[in-house]
Amino acid sequence: MAIGVKVMRRPERENSYLRAALKGMALTFKHMFREPWTMEYPEERSHDDQRGTWAIAPRWRGTHRMLTDEQGRAKCVACGLCPQICPANCIKLVPGEDEEGNRYPLVYEIDEFRCVFCGYCQEVCPEEAIHVGVHYENAEFSRDRFVYDLERLSSQTHAVSTLWDPTDPAGE
Amino acid sequence: MTPELKGFLLVSVVKMLLVFTITMLGVAYMTFMERKVSAWMQNRLGPNRVGPGGWFQPIADGIKNLLKEETRPRSANLALFFLAPCMSFIPALCVGAAIPWAAPVPVRFDFELPLLGRFSHDAVTSMAVADLPVGFLFVLAISSLSVYGIAIAGWSSNSKYSLLGGLRAAAQMISYEVAMGMSLVPVLLITGNVAFSNIIGAQQEGLWFALPLMVSAFVFLVSGLAETNRAPFDLPEAESELVAGYHTEYSAFKFSMFFIAEYAAVLTFSGMFAALFLGGWDLPFTHWDEQPGVLQTLVTGLVMAAKTTALIFCVMWIRWTLPRFRYDQLMALGWKFMLPLALVNIMGVAVSAWFGRDVLHLTSPLALAGLLTAFSAVVTVFLFFVVDRGYLVRGVGSLDFMASRRTRPARIRPVSREAA
Repeated sequence: MAIGVKVMRRPERENSYLRAALKGMALTFKHMFREPWTMEYPEERSHDDQRGTWAIAPRWRGTHRMLTDEQGRAKCVACGLCPQICPANCIKLVPGEDEEGNRYPLVYEIDEFRCVFCGYCQEVCPEEAIHVGVHYENAEFSRDRFVYDLERLSSQTHAVSTLWDPTDPAGE
Repeated sequence: MTPELKGFLLVSVVKMLLVFTITMLGVAYMTFMERKVSAWMQNRLGPNRVGPGGWFQPIADGIKNLLKEETRPRSANLALFFLAPCMSFIPALCVGAAIPWAAPVPVRFDFELPLLGRFSHDAVTSMAVADLPVGFLFVLAISSLSVYGIAIAGWSSNSKYSLLGGLRAAAQMISYEVAMGMSLVPVLLITGNVAFSNIIGAQQEGLWFALPLMVSAFVFLVSGLAETNRAPFDLPEAESELVAGYHTEYSAFKFSMFFIAEYAAVLTFSGMFAALFLGGWDLPFTHWDEQPGVLQTLVTGLVMAAKTTALIFCVMWIRWTLPRFRYDQLMALGWKFMLPLALVNIMGVAVSAWFGRDVLHLTSPLALAGLLTAFSAVVTVFLFFVVDRGYLVRGVGSLDFMASRRTRPARIRPVSREAA
């Protein structure tokens, strides 16, 4: 068995409820004097990395980010693979072509409400342009703000996800 | 009206206001304490946002509950639906009136007011709103009235969860009331009186009753938890099976009233336990607190508050440690263990009190209390360390434990093809 399973021996006869209860109460009393495990969220955030245990996983798949090249243009070549593979059908892509024959996205929108954050778009992208990000604070005041356009996707700065690597399943 | 009567009324009104205010404030801060204690026990922080250290949280909760929308089920019996919260709220607050919260205080005044006339009062006044001669009988009677509120809330909501919660509450509270009443008979046997002032006086002369009447205190504590619907006896509002039990359909301030009633019941139960078994407002190892005086009243009031708070903490501690009983376990514990134990305890205390008074001719209350302490220590050790090997207070497993002890469980034999 890969996962260690702790098998609890259920109390049989010979066990007094009262003494077991007192034992349990001693345990909860001891816990009253322990350091709390919680993080005070708005003041302490996981990416502050004050406590190593609270950092979000590098494989976390959050809201998307479009990477850009040196000139600040999106790396996307509008090949159409990401809307093709997207299981939630949340990517809208209208391709365009310039005079030299380079393809670029005229419209690139991701509806983050529809997205299931599977990360297939990042996996399939031949140019390593679209990425899912290590980010979780997505609150907005209106629903239409959740359709991220190309400009918004390109201007996000959070870290991008390191997707699961089949050759290194444990992430070592 | 005579000036004396007017003075008495004035003093009573002042005491009522005091007790009411302190109970309501106490209830508000008990909710805060409950949340903090549970948080600490689970290695969390608890509410800490409203005000310094979260101390204004109860006020925020109160305002929220007042301003929330009231919903009511369309098919509810509206008259009873509105009446039920009041019916559980009023008895919970009434009970506090009979408990003496501090040593008697000498009050002397004599003054004239325009229109109202002359007020005068000159007596050592008990710090209970009403120092009733029927004492704890009144408390038992009134606290058992709150079951009506809960049962009616369950019925009038016209919802299956509420109804089941109400039924459970009714069955549970009636069952444990018997054991609770029986557990207080030894107190009556020793003091010969049911009035709180006499009981506290008897404890000042002898020992606090928690020692000589250990078994009584145990039964009273357990049945008190069941009476106030606290975990591990919170089956009427078992959230994992009944949503919220009898108050499922209640919202806003009507829900708040049930909530206040529950906490007020815990508060008065703790006060009653302190008065009956922990010496009430008695300061141990000194007789200074027995002379009437304003300073004595203040100090003994603080002592009583400390005892009550410690008990409230114990109640919370039990709640956040023990899992809820199954319904049949609850009933079996009440009828098959608590009630017989209380009856046997009455016999035992009666016999040892007779032995002490009439055979050994012990006259000092302290010696008698010592004898009873020895008796209950023996009983307690016998009960929980010799007899109780999971047979008496049985939290887990099946109820037919005696049967399973005699016969081995039948082996499951594979069904042969021929038989099929």
